[in-house]
Amino acid sequence: MKPAPFEYHAPREVDAALDALAEAGAEGKVLAGGQSLIPMLNMRLAAPAHLVDINRVSALAAVETTARGVRVGALARHAQIFRSAPVAAVQPLLRQALGLVAHPAIRSRGTVVGSLVHADPAAELPAVLALLGGSVRLAARGAEREVAARDFFVGPMEAAIRPGELAVSAFFPALGARSGTAFAEVARRHGDYALAGVCALVVLDEDLRVSAARVACIGVGPVPLVLDVSGHGADWASAARAVQDEAEPEADIHATAEYRRHLLGVLTERALRAAARSAGSDDGEGEGG
Amino acid sequence: MSTRLFGEPVQRVEDARLLTGQGRYLDDLGREALAAAFVRSPHAHARIRDIDVTAALDVEGLVAIYTWEDLPPRVAEPLPLLIPHPALTHGRTAYPLAKETVRHVGEPVVMVVATDRYLAEDVCALIEVDYEPLKPVVGLEEAAQGSRLVHEDVPANLGAHLVQEVASIGGASARECIETSPHTLAFRLDIERSASMPLEGRGVYARWDGRDLRVYSSTQTSTSVRMAIAAKLGLPLPQVEVIAPDVGGGFGVKIVHPWPEEVLVPWAAMTLGREVKWAEDRREHFVASAHERAQVQYVRVGFDDAGRVLGLEVTILHDHGAYTPYGIIVPIVTSTQLLGPYKIGSYRVEFSSIYTNTVQVTPYRGAGRPQAVFCMERTMDKIAQHLGTDRADVRAANFIGPSEFPYDQRMTFQDGRPLVYDSGNYPEMLRMIKELIGWDSFERAPNRGIGLACYVEGTGVGPYEGGHVQITSDGRVHVSTGLTSQGQGHETVFAQIAASELGVPLSQVSVVTGDTRRFGYAVGTFASRAAVVSGNAIALACRKVREKALRIAAEALEADPADLDIADGLVHVVGSPSASIPLSTVAVLSNPLRYSFDAETAKATQFATATPVDRPPVAEGEEPGLEGRGFYSPLRSTFAAGMHAAIVETDPDTAEIRILRYAVVHDCGRLVNPMIVEGQVHGGVAQGIGGALYERMAYDSDGQLLNASFMDFLMPYASEIPRIETAHLETPSPLNPLGIKGAGEAGVIPVSAVIASALEDAEGFDIDRMPISPSDLYHLRERPAPGDR
Repeated sequence: MKPAPFEYHAPREVDAALDALAEAGAEGKVLAGGQSLIPMLNMRLAAPAHLVDINRVSALAAVETTARGVRVGALARHAQIFRSAPVAAVQPLLRQALGLVAHPAIRSRGTVVGSLVHADPAAELPAVLALLGGSVRLAARGAEREVAARDFFVGPMEAAIRPGELAVSAFFPALGARSGTAFAEVARRHGDYALAGVCALVVLDEDLRVSAARVACIGVGPVPLVLDVSGHGADWASAARAVQDEAEPEADIHATAEYRRHLLGVLTERALRAAARSAGSDDGEGEGG
Repeated sequence: MSTRLFGEPVQRVEDARLLTGQGRYLDDLGREALAAAFVRSPHAHARIRDIDVTAALDVEGLVAIYTWEDLPPRVAEPLPLLIPHPALTHGRTAYPLAKETVRHVGEPVVMVVATDRYLAEDVCALIEVDYEPLKPVVGLEEAAQGSRLVHEDVPANLGAHLVQEVASIGGASARECIETSPHTLAFRLDIERSASMPLEGRGVYARWDGRDLRVYSSTQTSTSVRMAIAAKLGLPLPQVEVIAPDVGGGFGVKIVHPWPEEVLVPWAAMTLGREVKWAEDRREHFVASAHERAQVQYVRVGFDDAGRVLGLEVTILHDHGAYTPYGIIVPIVTSTQLLGPYKIGSYRVEFSSIYTNTVQVTPYRGAGRPQAVFCMERTMDKIAQHLGTDRADVRAANFIGPSEFPYDQRMTFQDGRPLVYDSGNYPEMLRMIKELIGWDSFERAPNRGIGLACYVEGTGVGPYEGGHVQITSDGRVHVSTGLTSQGQGHETVFAQIAASELGVPLSQVSVVTGDTRRFGYAVGTFASRAAVVSGNAIALACRKVREKALRIAAEALEADPADLDIADGLVHVVGSPSASIPLSTVAVLSNPLRYSFDAETAKATQFATATPVDRPPVAEGEEPGLEGRGFYSPLRSTFAAGMHAAIVETDPDTAEIRILRYAVVHDCGRLVNPMIVEGQVHGGVAQGIGGALYERMAYDSDGQLLNASFMDFLMPYASEIPRIETAHLETPSPLNPLGIKGAGEAGVIPVSAVIASALEDAEGFDIDRMPISPSDLYHLRERPAPGDR
């Protein structure tokens, strides 16, 4: 398990990284935390001719937290976001989700933006971005664009990123007033990719009735499945049935499609209930698990 | 005063080194060696039409490419069948490189040697092998039907077929006993494949200096690897040395030898006149080493109103994969150890060992026992359920009584010797496990269940091990034994035994294992045998050395040897502590010298000693030096036992399974080091939980292993393992001087049976397959309810 030959680039500035990527074109790959890419290289499932290591581009490590939301730079590690109290105050779903992402060793190197670009359909963070309606900022030599989550996740392991582009940051909108979030999933082992998972956002009106409810589901389709279930009010069981009807889970060696669909119902109900509970409480902190 | 170290929970002396990165594992050696890599078959079954290496020849750093045709005659032969058996009528082993046919994904086809492993893999990627794919044989029952064959000359894919029958005392067959029993049950059980999966894979590093060959291998048997290499390469044994360096786990897979790579790497080193190394990677380990466990069992049992088993018939289909290098040890162990702690009225067991186009099956920790215990303990639970009695009571009704030892099960065990249990106390053990888990006070709640399982494990099989003990003139004790270590703590327990026997502090003892330069006679580390067989051999060697030390000291102190004792490294006259002599001085005196190097050795030179001039300096029949060798060859295996119990909880919605408590009562005779035994038990239970809830080898119908990585082969993390509560019972073995029994495999053996028992209790329906996943449990719940429960 040794990678095929590649040329290694270690730029210190964003512009230099973009130059290297522009020259590499379709043969270029960005190395950030390396938690997925390095195994893929070692197993020769990926064999890019150029590897652009952005770990020395310190400008990409920035995390900006404002009342609007959290902008996470391409080098920000899972552990850094997981621990950040300001981030948790503005958007608690990030901490709720990151607690389910692998283990401390992986979280200390893996990056949030890297996970989004990797676009594993069973990963938590793409669902978080999709549920919240966030976006990813892509830079190329002389150009920059912001891509909304719904357009970013194209297929399993496939994001809307073009040759020569670097995902420089991702933006997670803040949690609004009387809103709550939660993440519920079932994984085979602690920290594994989920067999099925559901994150939920519930917004209450001034009378604490449900004014909006949305879920994003993982592990049950090629991309995070985002569904608006506002029409079901607080009848979470009914919302869960609706989500089950929409999903088209597949079987693999770990679980049958039928079991995944069943889990989706259970987890949707659990996530919505927990999100609503946290929306109704003062601190807005939801529940993971 | 006396250093009583045997039985103490001494901290492992090897840990500081191993935990601070000072270990020397195979891949830490030979940094300058050439690297080998292998082109392995991507097909489960295919004929090789052509191998084209043209595109690979331009890679800079390529040293050599070898196919089967390049191998010299003896190397080119099929690998040895290590343990022949009359019932193994159609044993087959692989060629070191595939000759014409490949029979499982991962079988080596081409060997590449290059200046480093990266380049070697680049070369592999450029070699084109033209295969004619054949339809593979996958799945035990399909294979047993024999409509397609793994080996053209093995009809019905049947490698071995063995029936063993033990009639009732009155002479009735098992079938007759079942048919005349008040109650009968019949059912089928399934166990899937798992694997040893040590953190360090296999690996070989060889150096040839034109005359002598030195080989390092990550093996469980360096002495036997040495003999195999010498035979394959046509070298005299004294010109071959094999060393097992630090080994990062074995769990059975590394007892198999010689692996193709263990022959090919040394051969390449000799052929090229260069150092060559190969370190297995994880993907190779999944498809090119060995697996275990897969069996289908058909059970018929007859019993009386008290739950006593009057007759038991078990028919086993055993999947041994594509080759049988280790013979039929696994199904033999299943067949014999199935009887557990019970007196079974009459017993008939039949197994068919079947070829499939999958990785070969050889012993993995437990070695057929987890399947055996699953079978017997499921049977006990079903009897209890049928009769409506307590599951513990049914077991107690069948136990061998404490006064019935030695107990002859009237079968032949895996060592070819009678299956006679040496000692044990099963009713007491049951009492202890019930108390530990709170069996009688368990509070029923929805989705919670309690279960238990019992087992007996034959440990410490022969033929023998040896030990060498030398006390040097600095007073240090050097112990070596031929069997190898894979992390068990041998440096500690063997030092404890030596320190206790010789009366020296633990810090004065150092232990070397698995190095044929130090000790050439050994069998290997497997079958929970190291402490039993090497431990006793070392004790016997120490006793020889002690006897000699007392003799020399007696002369120096002008005392009777019978009045002497050794404590803290000082030989002293009992009751007169001032009359003493250090062992270091005794060591000096044991070796008459012409030359002196320091004040201590000066005492032994020819003008310093008062040896009478009318006899030679070394008396007739004596040898210089304070050292001795001892061998221990057990009459037969010694039988350890254990009982495990668990409380599990299932999620009513998601079908997730959680182990709330896990308790173990364990009897391995006298404990050398209780802490190390507990560590062994903990590790074993963790592997058992892997087998019960997580691990399986997912082969598809094309013979492709779908989960050949740690991402999809679900070895449990620490986070999946509950706290393990342990208690020990000590029924010493009467068979060996130290009274010990083996402990290495204990933890893993009954776990699937325990978890099935507890899950069945929680869910109210039969659990007859292992492992079980949440998805499996969900589907069992959703099944249309039959009238069976």
